[in-house]
Amino acid sequence: MAPRLHPWPVRLMHWINAIAMVVMIMSGWGIYDDYVIVPGLHFSETFRLGTWAAPSLLWHFAGMWLLAVNGLCYMIYGLVTGRLRKRMLPIRVGELVQTVCDTLHLKIGHEDLTVYNAVQKFLYVMVILVGALQVVTGLLVWKPIQFSAAVAVLGGFQAVRLEHFIGMSVIVGFLVVHVALSILVPQSLWAMLTGGPRPPTGEKPS
Amino acid sequence: MKSPFRPATLPDPAILDNHRRLIRLLERRRVLRGGLSLGALALLTGCDVNSDAAVDKALRYVSSFNDRVQAALFDPAHLAPTYPPSMILKPPKFNAYYDITRVKPVSAQNWTLELAGLIADKRPWTVERLATLPETEMVIKHICVEGWDYIGGWSGPTLRSFLERVGADLRAKYVAFKTADDYPSSIDMATALHPQTLLATKYAGAPLADPFGFPLRLRMSTKLGYRTRSGSPPLK
Repeated sequence: MAPRLHPWPVRLMHWINAIAMVVMIMSGWGIYDDYVIVPGLHFSETFRLGTWAAPSLLWHFAGMWLLAVNGLCYMIYGLVTGRLRKRMLPIRVGELVQTVCDTLHLKIGHEDLTVYNAVQKFLYVMVILVGALQVVTGLLVWKPIQFSAAVAVLGGFQAVRLEHFIGMSVIVGFLVVHVALSILVPQSLWAMLTGGPRPPTGEKPS
Repeated sequence: MKSPFRPATLPDPAILDNHRRLIRLLERRRVLRGGLSLGALALLTGCDVNSDAAVDKALRYVSSFNDRVQAALFDPAHLAPTYPPSMILKPPKFNAYYDITRVKPVSAQNWTLELAGLIADKRPWTVERLATLPETEMVIKHICVEGWDYIGGWSGPTLRSFLERVGADLRAKYVAFKTADDYPSSIDMATALHPQTLLATKYAGAPLADPFGFPLRLRMSTKLGYRTRSGSPPLK
């Protein structure tokens, strides 16, 4: 039988990542609140993990392992099985523009879950790269002296801190769209839970 | 497969017509969906992750694992970047768990640095005696765990030279400090022996002012956000 759209390792890693991301974002907001980057932007206690900065840090430094190890597993799996290449590439600029125009004209086609459109591919690749960058900038904010050369390359401690914050903002922006679309197209959410359809063989995704 | 709960003889089909409206409401899916939201509700109300002892224990376990990771990452020879004295912020940023108006001045006459633990010479140190030790100056960035930073210039004996002078057992794992403003803390020996770890007595060439740690302040270049005022180091 042909493999499902989302084989079980992908589903498992997706949901582990979902938990890790929520933990990292909410605990990150708790740490951020001690010394804000955007004046006036505070995160309400409801959306913060940890009652104040110290427990938020404990959460953040625990969640980071889940995020980084799971992310590494996903990358290895995606590269070894060829899933990343087959599903995310190639991204053609022409298709990207076309899909954006179609979407703006409310022509959203999600009949075939097994093929990602150019915008989906672009957003997925982008959020994977930003996630990896978050791990790097996070490591630098944690250990700015041991990695002082890398911190200098990225513009200094405050610049790295800002980059880490921007990375979070991009991921949160992605999440809003991602969750909204999964609610609008529930079969895609269902597919990430149960595996989804078995695409016809020939061009089988793995 | 036939359900084991299906009766052997089926009732009169006419009964279905009479209760069509009720039957339409009987959806198994609704039960499942109701169960799901019940579970979600239990998650929202039943478990507060912020005050759960088991969660706290798990987080602290990961934290002590992280201590081992950062010990492995720590390079005792790697120096923090230094800056020209012209970049020193004057006066330094005040930061404590209390407001600057609540600083209790320390009297230079009455203050001593008391020593305890794995140390050969435990005679207490006065301000004058500390001033006789050879000084090292460093202009480094003070990065707070909260996220802010500033460039400061501190001078005083290195903690390593002090520990060697008093005959401390350098194989001890930690150096603990008790402070005049009741803010105890401890550091690992690798950090204590780092060449940029000072027992600072001066800031920007002048003696430390009262709100900024007079008469003695532990300054570490390799740690985020430590500020310690007037230490007495027992070794453990």
